[in-house]
Amino acid sequence: MKKLPITELDSFLKSLNMPVYLPSDDPSGQAKFTRWAEGVQLTQQLNTVRSAKDLFFPQMENLVDFKVQDQKIEIIEHRNVSENFVIFGVRACDAAAFEILDRVFLSDPVDGYYKERRDHALIVTMACSAPEETCFCTAFGIDAADPKGDVTAWKTEDSFFFRANTGKGEKLIAGLADGDESAVQAQQAQTREILSKLPNGKLDLTGFDGAHMMEKFNDSRWKELSEACLGCGTCTFVCPTCQCYDVREFNTGDTIQRFRCWDSCMYSDFTKMSAGQPRPTQLERFRQRFMHKLVYFPDNNDGVYGCVGCGRCLQKCPIHMNIVKVAKTIGGEGNG
Amino acid sequence: MQEVKQKAIELLQSGKVQRVLGWKTGEFFYDLTPAVFETVEEIKKDFVFSPFCGANLSKYLIAESRKEGKIAAFLKPCDSYSFVQLLKEHRIVRENVHVVGVQCNGMCDIEAIKAQGVKGVTAVRQEGETLVCETLYGEKSVPYAAALSERCKTCKSKKIVLFDELLGENGEDDPDCGRFDLVSKLEAMTAEERFAFWQQELSRCIRCNACRNVCPACSCEKCVFDNDTLGTANKAAANSFEEQNFHIIRAFHVAGRCTDCGECSRVCPQHIPLHLLNRKFIKDTNELYGEYQAGADLETRPPLVDFTQDDCEPSVVYTRGGNGK
Ligand code: SF4
Ligand code: SF4
Ligand code: SF4
Ligand code: SF4
Ligand code: SF4
Repeated sequence: MKKLPITELDSFLKSLNMPVYLPSDDPSGQAKFTRWAEGVQLTQQLNTVRSAKDLFFPQMENLVDFKVQDQKIEIIEHRNVSENFVIFGVRACDAAAFEILDRVFLSDPVDGYYKERRDHALIVTMACSAPEETCFCTAFGIDAADPKGDVTAWKTEDSFFFRANTGKGEKLIAGLADGDESAVQAQQAQTREILSKLPNGKLDLTGFDGAHMMEKFNDSRWKELSEACLGCGTCTFVCPTCQCYDVREFNTGDTIQRFRCWDSCMYSDFTKMSAGQPRPTQLERFRQRFMHKLVYFPDNNDGVYGCVGCGRCLQKCPIHMNIVKVAKTIGGEGNG
Repeated sequence: MQEVKQKAIELLQSGKVQRVLGWKTGEFFYDLTPAVFETVEEIKKDFVFSPFCGANLSKYLIAESRKEGKIAAFLKPCDSYSFVQLLKEHRIVRENVHVVGVQCNGMCDIEAIKAQGVKGVTAVRQEGETLVCETLYGEKSVPYAAALSERCKTCKSKKIVLFDELLGENGEDDPDCGRFDLVSKLEAMTAEERFAFWQQELSRCIRCNACRNVCPACSCEKCVFDNDTLGTANKAAANSFEEQNFHIIRAFHVAGRCTDCGECSRVCPQHIPLHLLNRKFIKDTNELYGEYQAGADLETRPPLVDFTQDDCEPSVVYTRGGNGK
C-alpha cells in the first residue's frame, strides 16, 4: 500500500506526465470527468452526472470524412493512435461498467475506436465512503469499498492510499512512499456498514434470466410501468452501461462527415428499418431497455447483468421510473 | 393531502370518472411517478399527494383525453395554465376531463435538498420552517425554503385558472415573485458576457430531450429534431452551433405558448437553467406587445399570432440587439 498526502495530489498527477481525467465540479457545481491541469480540483461529490464511459465511448465522434472535389473523393480517417492516459477517481460501479462495455465492444467484431482508447488507459478507481440511498451496486456483487482497476485508491481525511492491481498500475505508483493499511481498513469497515443498509442493496433478481425470457417479456405490467415514460432517453444517456449508438452522415457542402453518436432504445426511430419501426409504441421501447439489461444481456453473457446499480437513472429520470421499480414490479419474491 | 386521495376515490366510486390521473408512490418518499388509476384498490394502495408531486400532469391529458371514458386530473396552479394553453391549442378533449384543482405550497426537489449537503436521504418530515431528513448517516435538517424546487421559489401564481372543482382555496397572481430578476441580470451583461454564460450552460447539454419531451408546449406529433425524412433529425450536438441551435429553436417555438411551468428546468439532468431562456421571451413579449400570460384564459389572442395597429416593427429585434445604435 502506498500513501500520498492530499496536498500533494497535484504534484503527483503532474509527475505522471500524461493526460489525466478526473471528476471535478464545473461552474454549475456538477461533477464531470475533466482533463486535469494545475488548479483542477477533485470533486467532493460521490459521482459524476455523466459516467466515465464517455472516455472510451464518447457521445459523438467523427469516424471518417469524404471530401468530394470534381470527380475525386478523398477519404480522411480520423482515427489516431491514442497516447496513454489516466482516468483517476472512477467509482466501483463505473469500473464494473467497463467490463460490461468490453463484452460488447471487444468481442468479435472488435470496435477499433473503443479498443484503442481502452488499451491506452490506466484506471485508478476510488473507493466510496459515502454512498447515496440510490446506490445499489451491492446487488450486483460490486464492492464499493474495494473497487477494481489498475490501481485502487482510498481517500481519507488527509491522505490518499493506493494499491496496485496490475503491472501497469504498479509502475504508476512506484515512486510513492509506503503507507500503513489500517486507515483503509477502518474506512472500509465503515463503508460496508452503510452499504449493508442501502435501501435497494439486496434487490432480488431471481427469475431475470434466459429461461424466463418469454414470461418476463409478456408480463402484463409493462403497461403500467411504461405508461408515464416520456421516451426522453435521459436514463440511457446517464447510464454507464448503455452502449447503443447510431452512425449518421452530415453533409457540410463539400464534405460528408460520418459520425457516430449515442442512441437510445427509448427513441421512436431507434433501429428503424425500411419496413418501419420494430417497436412502434413506448411500451415496447421501454420494455427493450429493461429486458436488455435484466434478461437478454445476462442470457448472452454468462449471467452478467447489464446494470451496475450506480443509481443514475434513479436520480435523473424526469418521472422517476427506473430499473429498480421494474425489477421489483415484475421480479423476485425476495423484494418484499 | 388525505383530502386529495379521498377525492380520487370518491370520483371513481361515484362513477363520475372512469380513470384518475395522479401521482404514484415510489421506492423513496420523493420519487413519485405520474400514473393513471382505474380502481379504488389501486388508489388506496399507491395514490399520493405530497410536496414531491412536482411533475405536471397536463401533457398526459393529450393522450388520455382521447381515450374512452372520462378521466379526473389533479392539477396544481402551474399545471392548470398548461392545461388551458393545451385547450387553446385544441390538443385536449375537454369533455373527457374532470379537472380537480389542488392548491400548492410549493413543491420540493430532492436535488435541492441534496445540494444542501444532505446525503443518503431516506425520509423527511416537516417541522415548521424546517425539513428534517433521515439519512443513512443520521438526521439532518434543512430550511424548508431551501428544499423548494427552483421554479417554486419564484412562483408566478397560485391561481388555478380552470377547474371543475376545487380543493382548498384558490390563490392569486404574484406580480412580485421576482421571476424576471435573473433575466434582467442577463440583459445587463454585455453581449460577450451573455454569450459566454449561455455557452457554458448549454455546453453541458447531453441532448437527452427530457426538456422537450416533458414540455406541454412541445406537443408536435413529430418534432423537427426527430424527423429523419426531412434530414433535420439530430441525436447529438455535432458542435456548439448545433447545441445552441436546438435550444434557440425550441425557445422560439414555444414563445407565446410557454406558460413558464418550469418543467424543462426541473427535469434537465444537467441543471441547465432553460427557464431563463423562456422567461426572456416572456419578458420581451410583455414589453413589446403588452402583458400576456400564456394559459391564463381561453379567450385572449396570443400576441404572436395576432396583429394590432400598434404592434412593434420587426426591426425592433435589430435595434434591441444593440446593432441599431
Ligand atoms: S440502469 Fe440505471 S442503475 Fe443500472 S447502470 Fe444504468 S443508470 Fe446505473
Ligand atoms: S453505486 Fe456503489 S460504487 Fe457506485 S457510487 Fe454508489 S456506492 Fe459507489
Ligand atoms: S424511463 Fe425516464 S428517463 Fe428513461 S426515457 Fe422514460 S422518462 Fe426518460
Ligand atoms: S434536458 Fe437538459 S441535457 Fe437534456 S436535452 Fe434538455 S437541456 Fe439538454
Ligand atoms: S418551455 Fe419549459 S416552462 Fe415553458 S411550457 Fe415548456 S416546459 Fe414549461
